Amino acid sequence: MRHIISLLMENEAGALSRVAGLFSARGYNIESLTVAPTEDPTLSRMTLVTVDSDDVVEQITKQLNKLIEVVKVVDLSDGVHIERELMLVKVRAVDKEREEIKRMVDIFRGRIIDVTDKSYTIELTGTGSKLDAFLDTIERSTILETVRTGASGIGRGERILKA
Amino acid sequence: MDTELTGAEITIRCLQEEGVDYIFGYPGGAVLYIYDELFKQDKVKHVLVRHEQAAVHAADGYARSSNKVGVALVTSGPGVTNAVTGIATAYMDSIPLVIISGQVPTYAIGLDAFQEVDTVGITRPCVKHNFLVKDITELATTIKKAFYIASTGRPGPVLVDIPKDVSQQKTAFAYPESVAMRSYHPVTKGHSGQIKKAVQLILDAKRPMIYAGGGVILSDAAMQLTELVRMLGFPCTNTLMGLGGFPATDKHFVGMLGMHGTYEANMAMQHCDVLIAIGARFDDRVIGNPKHFSNEERKIIHIDIDPSSISKRVKVDVPIVGGVSDVLDELIKLLKARKEKPDQIALKAWWTQVDLWRARDCLKYDRASAIIKPQMVVEKLYQVTKGNAFITSDVGQHQMWAAQFYKFDKPRRWINSGGLGTMGFGLPAAMGVQFANPRGSVACITGEASIQMCIQELSTCKQYGLPLKIVNLNNRYMGMVRQWQEFFHGNRYAESYMDALPNFVKLAESYGHVGMKIEQPGDIEGALKEAFKLKDRLVFMDFITDQTENVFPMIPGGKGLSEMILV
Repeated sequence: MRHIISLLMENEAGALSRVAGLFSARGYNIESLTVAPTEDPTLSRMTLVTVDSDDVVEQITKQLNKLIEVVKVVDLSDGVHIERELMLVKVRAVDKEREEIKRMVDIFRGRIIDVTDKSYTIELTGTGSKLDAFLDTIERSTILETVRTGASGIGRGERILKA
Repeated sequence: MDTELTGAEITIRCLQEEGVDYIFGYPGGAVLYIYDELFKQDKVKHVLVRHEQAAVHAADGYARSSNKVGVALVTSGPGVTNAVTGIATAYMDSIPLVIISGQVPTYAIGLDAFQEVDTVGITRPCVKHNFLVKDITELATTIKKAFYIASTGRPGPVLVDIPKDVSQQKTAFAYPESVAMRSYHPVTKGHSGQIKKAVQLILDAKRPMIYAGGGVILSDAAMQLTELVRMLGFPCTNTLMGLGGFPATDKHFVGMLGMHGTYEANMAMQHCDVLIAIGARFDDRVIGNPKHFSNEERKIIHIDIDPSSISKRVKVDVPIVGGVSDVLDELIKLLKARKEKPDQIALKAWWTQVDLWRARDCLKYDRASAIIKPQMVVEKLYQVTKGNAFITSDVGQHQMWAAQFYKFDKPRRWINSGGLGTMGFGLPAAMGVQFANPRGSVACITGEASIQMCIQELSTCKQYGLPLKIVNLNNRYMGMVRQWQEFFHGNRYAESYMDALPNFVKLAESYGHVGMKIEQPGDIEGALKEAFKLKDRLVFMDFITDQTENVFPMIPGGKGLSEMILV
């Protein structure tokens, strides 16, 4: 099953490699990983997406908790949560393709953030599956480049992850 | 300002504040300022080893036998890479160590400087935590944290990497009295609701079994374990790491369990209905195949300080996260408060069964052999030392025979590399044990293959006058490798014969020690007695043993606990 794990850790050099090293050393799979400092610059917030059995994910959260620099760990998939991912896509856009792509971007509530006479760069946020759906919708051969951030997640309502 | 201290001075002052009496190390360019400060004081005594691996093993032996934090000091680059085997050994067995390593100056880091290596990166997977100190004002706090992290929770090695310029810079010094880390809160007390559940399961047990591991030793809970077992009258087994946690001469003790455990311990483990696992982690050498293990239904109580040890290989019913010592105190208190006792008739029937398994006499060997049987050497060693020696071992057959035949009644007397299985551990670990226990008898049970992995330490032993007794079970084979090749690889002894062996007697003598070669079974006892009479000399006893002797019982890899090969 797909799990989305959120963690707060000390914003120190090497903390990220401790997490990445843990996953490779124990053979856990990482689908995506995002990390950035929080409003408190001494803390970083990381979101990890992994697909594994519940037993393995339980081990993953325990092992993450064991890392000295990790302050808190939650498996967001244990409750209601929201997740978002940002994608930038550069597509070829010439002649009548331009109108077609513009319409598709509107349907997916994306934005065109850079325009040349031959291309559009599109910004799109949403769940991973929405981004996948967008890529499936537009003509594959028009895609010049894609970049995705990986998922960031947050609990709904009163579910708060704080140090 | 002359009240300011250099990083090197601060490092030594911190060690003094922590009450460190010995550190084990080897100098080099990046730690020269620290060595200079060591030279100027005499509170912290330095032991010069002959290879950095030995420095860490010695610190490890010191820690295991004393329950103090062991400290090693090594230089950058090769100093650190040599130390890695020692660090990984300590990590696998959860031994509290602080390793201080030198690093190239901060301005040279990342420039492929001479003797530069990414120490924090290389050691990250085999330490509990590590630090690179780039700012001298953080040095004292970092060392304080290192000792705190190493010795609390599930213990482990912590490395502090100090760049040369940091050891040279100056700052005001104040050693923090305590440390608070928002991300590190080791638990000690177990959840009382869980302990109550455990009490009920224990009282309801018909075929109970207590399985205790290294956690009992690490948390100094041997007394509580002994009280618990005797109070309940249950059978008790120890893991390789747990030997001495419960007295081996007690009638409730059924021997070590696992791959080379006793028939009775493994059978009882497989067929019990309530299993109380204490500071043990169900590893592959202990329960074999977890699927086979779970073929039999049983309820499992698991006490461990590390939540990630729980339900890792085997699903448990009542997990109790906490320090073994605290949890056992609570458990004993609650059991005493209850009027009921476990079903005594069922317990008696269970013991009848266990004793039947015990009657199989699984550790028997040919006592009349004309060639020295290695088991007999260990038995005689036990008798001659009256069970009071500190025994270190290397890794292989001799390690298993030591574990099977030396009866440990006290904790911290059996020092071996259980998790990593590091050949070369025994001799340097014995040095550390001797420093921690200057009046104790220390023997290293080894083999002719293992001993050669750190043989250079005979020189360290000479320098410091360490009167170790080395019991070399010399069968001219890497015995355990040979045994597996005999059983599973069609007797093809690929590279497991130790050819071109040195004359160990002359080798020991060339280092200034006493050497003995023993070839007759009748000479074993006399040689041992003579060796232990030489109270201030290291004696290297080279026992020429049966080449084909195997360790029994044996659970082949991937098999279950009750699928033992017996003699």
